Amino acid sequence: MQGILQLEKTSVLYRYRNLFIYGTLLIVAVLASYISNPVITTAVLASAVRQATPIVLGALCGMICERSGVINIGIEGQMLLSAFTGFLANVYLDNLFLAVLVAVLTGALLGLLLAFMSVTLKIDQIIGGTVINILALGLTGYFYISGLTTSGKLQPIRLGPLADIPLIGPIFFSNPPITYAAIILVFLSHYVLFHTRWGLRTRAVGEHPRAADTVGIDVYKIRYANVIIAGAVVGLAGAFLTLESVGSFERAMTNGRGFVALAVMIFGQWTPFGAWGAALLFGFAMALQTQLQFTGQFNIPHQFIGMLPYVLTIIVLAGFVGRSRPPAAEGVPYEKE
Amino acid sequence: MSMPPVALEVRNITKRFPGVIANDGINFTLRRGEIHALLGENGAGKSTLMNIIYGLYSPDEGEILIGGPDGELKPVEIRDPHDAIRLGIGMVHQHFMLVPVFTVAENIILGDEVTRGPSLDMATARKKIKQLAHEYGLDVDPDALVEELPVGVQQRVEIIKALYRNARILVLDEPTAVLTPQEVEDLFKVIENLTERGVSIIFITHKLKEVLAIADQITVMRRGRVVGTTTPAETSEQELASMMVGREVILQVEKGPAKPGEVVLDVKDLYVAGERGIEAVRGVSFQIRAGEILGIAGVQGNGQTELVEALTGLRPFVKGEVRLNNQLVPPDDPRALFELGLSHIPEDRHKYGLVLPFPIADNEVLNTYYKPPFSQGIQRQGNAILEHARRLIKLFDVRAPSPLVPAANLSGGNQQKVIVARELSRDVRLLIANQPTRGLDVGSIEYIHRKMVEMRDQGIAVLLVSAELDEILALADRIAVMYHGQIVAVMDARDADREELGLLMAGSGTVEVPVSTPQAV
Amino acid sequence: MTDQQQRVSAGRSGLSLVVAVWRAISVPVAAVLLAMLIGAVILAISGAPPLQAYGALFRGAFGSTNAIARTLEKATPLIFSGLAVAFAFKAGLFNIGAQGQLLMGALTAAVIGFAVTGLPAVIHIPLALLGGAVAAALFAMIPGALRAFTGAHEVIVTIMMNYVAINITDWLADGPLKDTSGSNIVARTPQILDTARIPTIGSVPLGFVIALITAVVIWWLLNYTTIGFEIRTVGLNPYAARYAGMRVAFTIVMTMAISGFLAGMGGAVETQGVVGRYQPGFNTGIGFDGITIALLGRTHPFGVIPASILVGAMDAGSNQMQFSAGVAKEITDVIQALILFFVAADMIVRWIIRARTTEAAGPALTTGWGQK
Repeated sequence: MQGILQLEKTSVLYRYRNLFIYGTLLIVAVLASYISNPVITTAVLASAVRQATPIVLGALCGMICERSGVINIGIEGQMLLSAFTGFLANVYLDNLFLAVLVAVLTGALLGLLLAFMSVTLKIDQIIGGTVINILALGLTGYFYISGLTTSGKLQPIRLGPLADIPLIGPIFFSNPPITYAAIILVFLSHYVLFHTRWGLRTRAVGEHPRAADTVGIDVYKIRYANVIIAGAVVGLAGAFLTLESVGSFERAMTNGRGFVALAVMIFGQWTPFGAWGAALLFGFAMALQTQLQFTGQFNIPHQFIGMLPYVLTIIVLAGFVGRSRPPAAEGVPYEKE
Repeated sequence: MSMPPVALEVRNITKRFPGVIANDGINFTLRRGEIHALLGENGAGKSTLMNIIYGLYSPDEGEILIGGPDGELKPVEIRDPHDAIRLGIGMVHQHFMLVPVFTVAENIILGDEVTRGPSLDMATARKKIKQLAHEYGLDVDPDALVEELPVGVQQRVEIIKALYRNARILVLDEPTAVLTPQEVEDLFKVIENLTERGVSIIFITHKLKEVLAIADQITVMRRGRVVGTTTPAETSEQELASMMVGREVILQVEKGPAKPGEVVLDVKDLYVAGERGIEAVRGVSFQIRAGEILGIAGVQGNGQTELVEALTGLRPFVKGEVRLNNQLVPPDDPRALFELGLSHIPEDRHKYGLVLPFPIADNEVLNTYYKPPFSQGIQRQGNAILEHARRLIKLFDVRAPSPLVPAANLSGGNQQKVIVARELSRDVRLLIANQPTRGLDVGSIEYIHRKMVEMRDQGIAVLLVSAELDEILALADRIAVMYHGQIVAVMDARDADREELGLLMAGSGTVEVPVSTPQAV
Repeated sequence: MTDQQQRVSAGRSGLSLVVAVWRAISVPVAAVLLAMLIGAVILAISGAPPLQAYGALFRGAFGSTNAIARTLEKATPLIFSGLAVAFAFKAGLFNIGAQGQLLMGALTAAVIGFAVTGLPAVIHIPLALLGGAVAAALFAMIPGALRAFTGAHEVIVTIMMNYVAINITDWLADGPLKDTSGSNIVARTPQILDTARIPTIGSVPLGFVIALITAVVIWWLLNYTTIGFEIRTVGLNPYAARYAGMRVAFTIVMTMAISGFLAGMGGAVETQGVVGRYQPGFNTGIGFDGITIALLGRTHPFGVIPASILVGAMDAGSNQMQFSAGVAKEITDVIQALILFFVAADMIVRWIIRARTTEAAGPALTTGWGQK
């Protein structure tokens, strides 16, 4: 960046220069769009934030698991089954809060199963994740009863006067609780991962478990704990789908979000804020997809629009995975000698 | 002179693994402030014993006793590293137990973190580390990323890690394997400093010269047993070697003079990029003639690995020319190189040299499976492959009941023999051997050294890359030293001097040594 | 040198062959039984009588010649996807995209089936088969190339490609290739010509026979050819493969191509032998069947056959089970997940049945997202 602007190589402005450049372009684009059509812009962006919620939660789940060394491709299954049990709990208990709790618990239990398979049984982790996916599909399909209704879903909570700010208000300050929770979790997981003892040990276990073992850290316990907590996080994503977003359950309704979450995690370089940014990108793609189908503007067959998130995922993976650095010891079951 | 009190005693320790008794009734005494060397070849059981002391294994029989401050010996139970650390035992492993992406400080406090509320208190950690570093003369920067540090500094971090936890007994497992002679000197100074402060040291090694240089006591292990305890004053290299192996060992390889012929390998101005884009090989040029052994000496990490990878087609080179038998070689094509007469004994036999689950027979045709007689078109010829393997097993004395045995079932020495057999049973013009005897027992080492001299005498050009200076001095006809990606000196082996080589390996400028064969340096 | 030759030359007596086969199948058999046991528990909990349900399942699968024909019919595409997945496994690749590749193959075969006229059956049938297989192979080469050249893990890419395939085939069947004959409004292609139909021999679908032959060919390819040797080497140790001069990237792409080819054949056989056209919604599922079958069959081409018949039987019988015992057919999905679990966790199963099997190490499947 020398030349026009003489910048010190260590200044914040220089180090995050890419972020600043793209961020500025983004803000300009958003403002331009807002000026031309405020209603649609606000709607699409607000929808983007909401659509991003299950994805960022899924990505956080994947990140927490992988940071401790366990690859989790069962996020899809965890999300699906949690969505289902949360929905059923809402139907039979008629209490949204308890329903969310049930969903979170479901996610955590599946996390326990994955941990058991990966850490104790040392099953290949991709197969373990696949077991969870098939199990979720099977159980939700088998126990599905059509025509069930609930009394309602979680409503947006407006944060006072902040919610009245044009454009930013509806997008960030007028969201239902799980969406807020997701944002809080991003900040929380960043803090825990990089500034606490627990986070340090978790990262050590994911990078060099034997080193952690030789200083007396219990590798198995940390992996179990992380995978279960991650399961609770993605359980929240399942709750979002049936208790906050749609309000009912459909077979296979997760529709690949769990895998998109993995791409988001990789794109975000296994960091919470990175995952959030990437999730917002995908959320935007999904919101755009809905908007295009709705307005039917460009005469593109709806199937092509439907492909958008999946193709985007492939592009992201192809472009970024080669240049990324996952936790060094992930995917390898730990053997105490 | 009264004997210092006992710091650690091991009585009758026995540890069995399936199929082998790793430790058989070991008795061992460590006195306070002494440097006690534990000597033995690979597989003797030294690491097993140390892992028991550090709590990573538990013994099947026997007991461990720790000397208290009053000199009283008390039996203790060490069930995991926590217990060992609590008892004041610290261990510096041969392969460092450091998380590469963490800083020095993070690595040191891991497992023993200082916190302020829920947060990590790195400021306090930094202070304590600087204090320790100063006290023991171990200079480190707490905020440096471990993966960016040179190996010698990483080792210092490992030592501080132990001292941070108040270790009074320090176990060093093969600490000099990755150091330059200069760094070894520095390490010895650090060790002496530690012992002056009452720290007791167990020094595991297989290097006889070092043992005689630094140890107060020497215990020799062989096949899981202690075969003797002595002091440097009472013994010699020859005697120690015999104790290690159990018979007379010929420390020198029998080698006649070389009769070099025409140039087989001609490397001109080679540049090779390493990991993360850093140039690992910078403008290297040399030649090797038929019938001579060129040894490349140098501490690991100075570009030798990348150089060998470039010469064997495993890594593309960005600039320069390589000619094999006067033919320009294409970068990045191992098969073409094999066709031109290259043979390669790789550095990591498990990763590159063998497919462990495959039977010996398949491993023996790993680079020739696609040609007759081992295949007709795409159809493989099983009988020809088996016959070939049987012949090689016999010829190279591989201890295996049949060619169908998976390579994973063989001992390290036999696995290497399978590789050597494969590489030497083709039409070879150039043999590149990279750390060919690493981790092997003395018998296998002798065998491979003999074979290499045989090949050389048959007119094959040999490039030997080794981190063991002794191996280079024993085998090479000409010696080149690599430092920071460049060849800093080439000399005739007869003119080579240990000290000078050590200095060159550590980068101490160029030395005025007459170069006996004309070539570009 | 192959496991087969090893086993055979190690002990030529018939008895030791039986022992070896038993050793190989004891764990999968136990896994299936355990899974069905737990399935019975789930049935009981949800108020369905297990014995009646399993009875209906069995009747629906094997109770009559018709039922057996249906089972073999269902098993046929499963054999192809199982072979596809097992083949990819040998190179250390996880092809979860068999489903999408199957759809591409099915559609392409349908197009060749109805659009190409004037050919005798002897040419038309293989042409459509090959066309479908090649289309699927090309489709599978995309994740293969991405994996080989960018390191993008094929697990996610192939799953994404499944969704892409569903969308593309949906659009084609509802748009440009739609059957506009008569009063048809359903999204589907026109019927294929008779010359492209695969007949049945008695009540055995010829497609099943083709599947069996394919399994033998794949077995030969893997164990007796240089190509198979390269694939297995890359799967077990890609570094040694590189060291030995093999072209690892090429092998990965080729393996995915062959894997896709197999899945595509499965789709083509389904179109030409059963459905007679391409209609979206046939054979839905997200392709996890292939994984269960491949693992149940121990990734051996011959093991895939009984595994496919088992899963095919469950598929065929589930309708009967739903009809006469009132049990939702998804219970078979649950049982399949349990089978997969027990096969993968063979440690548990072996402990339960106190079996001793010597396992040769398999290819390294999961080692991160493909950076190495």
